[in-house]
Amino acid sequence: MSVLVVAELTHAGDFHPMSWEALTAGRELAGQLGLPLSCLVIGGSLGDRSAEAAARGVTQVAAVEHALLSAYTADGFCSALTQALGQIAPQYVVFPHTYQVRDYGPKLATAVGRAFLSDCTSIRFDGAEPIFVKQVFQGKLSADFTLAGDAPRLFSVQSGAFAADAERPDSPAPIHALAIELDEAAIRVHPTEPYREAAGTADLSSAERIVSIGRGIKDPENIALAQRLADALGAELAASRPICDSGWLPLDRQVGSSGQTVKPKLYLALGISGAIQHLVGMKGSEVIAAINTDASAPIFEVADYGVVGDLFEVVPELLKQLEQS
Amino acid sequence: MKIVVCMKQTPSKDSILRTSADGAGLDLSQTEFETNEPDSYALEEALRLKDEHSAEVVAITAGAANTTTAIRDALAKGADRGILIEDDLFAGVAEPLATATALAVAIRKESPDLVLTGLQSDDVGFGQTGVVLAELLGLPHATLIVELRTDGATLDVKRELEAGWFQRLQLPLPALLTIQSGINKPRYATLMGIKKAKKKPLDRLPLGELDAAVSPGLVVQRLYAPTKQKTGTLLTGTPAEQAAQLLTKLREAKVL
Ligand SMILES: Cc1cc2nc3c(=O)[nH]c(=O)nc-3n(C[C@H](O)[C@H](O)[C@H](O)COP(=O)(O)OP(=O)(O)OC[C@H]3O[C@@H](n4cnc5c(N)ncnc54)[C@H](O)[C@@H]3O)c2cc1C
Repeated sequence: MSVLVVAELTHAGDFHPMSWEALTAGRELAGQLGLPLSCLVIGGSLGDRSAEAAARGVTQVAAVEHALLSAYTADGFCSALTQALGQIAPQYVVFPHTYQVRDYGPKLATAVGRAFLSDCTSIRFDGAEPIFVKQVFQGKLSADFTLAGDAPRLFSVQSGAFAADAERPDSPAPIHALAIELDEAAIRVHPTEPYREAAGTADLSSAERIVSIGRGIKDPENIALAQRLADALGAELAASRPICDSGWLPLDRQVGSSGQTVKPKLYLALGISGAIQHLVGMKGSEVIAAINTDASAPIFEVADYGVVGDLFEVVPELLKQLEQS
Repeated sequence: MKIVVCMKQTPSKDSILRTSADGAGLDLSQTEFETNEPDSYALEEALRLKDEHSAEVVAITAGAANTTTAIRDALAKGADRGILIEDDLFAGVAEPLATATALAVAIRKESPDLVLTGLQSDDVGFGQTGVVLAELLGLPHATLIVELRTDGATLDVKRELEAGWFQRLQLPLPALLTIQSGINKPRYATLMGIKKAKKKPLDRLPLGELDAAVSPGLVVQRLYAPTKQKTGTLLTGTPAEQAAQLLTKLREAKVL
């Protein structure tokens, strides 16, 4: 019995940083339950990755390596992990809530006959029973869940909800290579190499100041107002996903988990609610300011300066006062 | 080609949510519903394929009794038939496995070439129903799809990865895809469409008549307003005062 954390490798072969956030969640749980913490690394050729995982303060590393896992496929990963879970028999399995885990986690859970609690933000304890907290209804409510049923119990943790676990190189853990068998014919989806769209002109990552617009801007005609503010502040214009989905601004101006990650000195959010997929792209900004009509919008939880108000009233005032000064 | 689109209705964006007396569910008696936004992209993709390949489009939902908002919307926009699996189990926080098991029983009878879902629902947002459904139906799947082409035998799709990366995948039909926002521009229902929808078939299947029982895996203990961790300063007053304070603060922080 153990708490097993499944670390993820990116297509470039590095650890996905959310792996170490999942490890922190696993460590909390293992500590409370008095269970050993182990880590699973999966991929086509693991190289030094198993040894790196072994230097993270775990009792054991399970290495799942197979040529058919070089390119991620849900079929390949589920088959490999089903076998691995059978061999390890963990009590809990922790995943980072990455796009890859979104793709295979629910399939794996169903294949092993278990439920999967996706996207948890914290774990509490009620006696010996862990309680998993998840945001629901777009962050309007929180929900406490318990996991029923037999081990293994599977859950994933939201990006940024747990601090990344540190390296602990002092006493490296033993590495166990797991023997698994995969059938090429059972991999039904054929992926090609990941690619980026031809780079656009917007390089938001080096911008000192960013004015970012969300659905609160309401109409493409109103973008000119935000552009004027950006010009007056010496800022680049960026946006949340729906603005780029609608084609109001090009995709290379999208901030968030699918778009760019930015760290400007100033990030001014106009009419953006602050969904987690947006926050992960901008919460590292030095100063965050937000204008939003809804006082309960999650953007105010990360904003250093919050203006609860109508952007169509506040932005013209900002422009007027910037002109006067 | 036969396409099944899984749709759901969710509380409308500006609705205020009340928890039920026991604290573990929702009191939705006063709530207005709309089609789960991610599902409208899945529906549009099905209708686009119908326009190009003359497909039959079946919209299906698992919901409480009379949750017809999403299905009626789909029929009005051009879906050919609707299926509603009814049970109060689906009124609150239903488990993905329970929902997908019910959908799978009904969809198996349809033998579709393609099953489409939204990538997640704007209510509980597990983001799992599509993928669990694929596993139950034994279909290959792909998630977060932002482009879809088909020759009738295979799919060629573009999948969104993190941080601005994409990937193309090929998979054989029948298959299941979960659709990401931005793949298309969902159409609006026309008056003519709404009128026609009233005559389109809508099958109601009580859950109890399907062989779809699952033992609970995820148990809601409590639903509550989140504890906000506000660390910043709220600037109050008239818009002019708010603007003045904001500029002062930003200058003090030396970011202007
Ligand atoms: C897998 C996945 C990936 C995603 N990737 C991204 C991503 O990379 N980037 C991203 O941004 N999103 C992403 N999303 C979408 C994300 O979940 C949200 O849906 C999106 O960020 C919401 O955008 P918004 O804040 O502009 O819109 P909304 O959530 O609709 O918010 C609009 C806000 O405007 C406010 N408002 C309205 N009128 C006014 C006014 N007059 N003045 C001031 N405020 C006003 C409202 O109060 C509201 O808070 C992703 C989602 C998923 C599931």
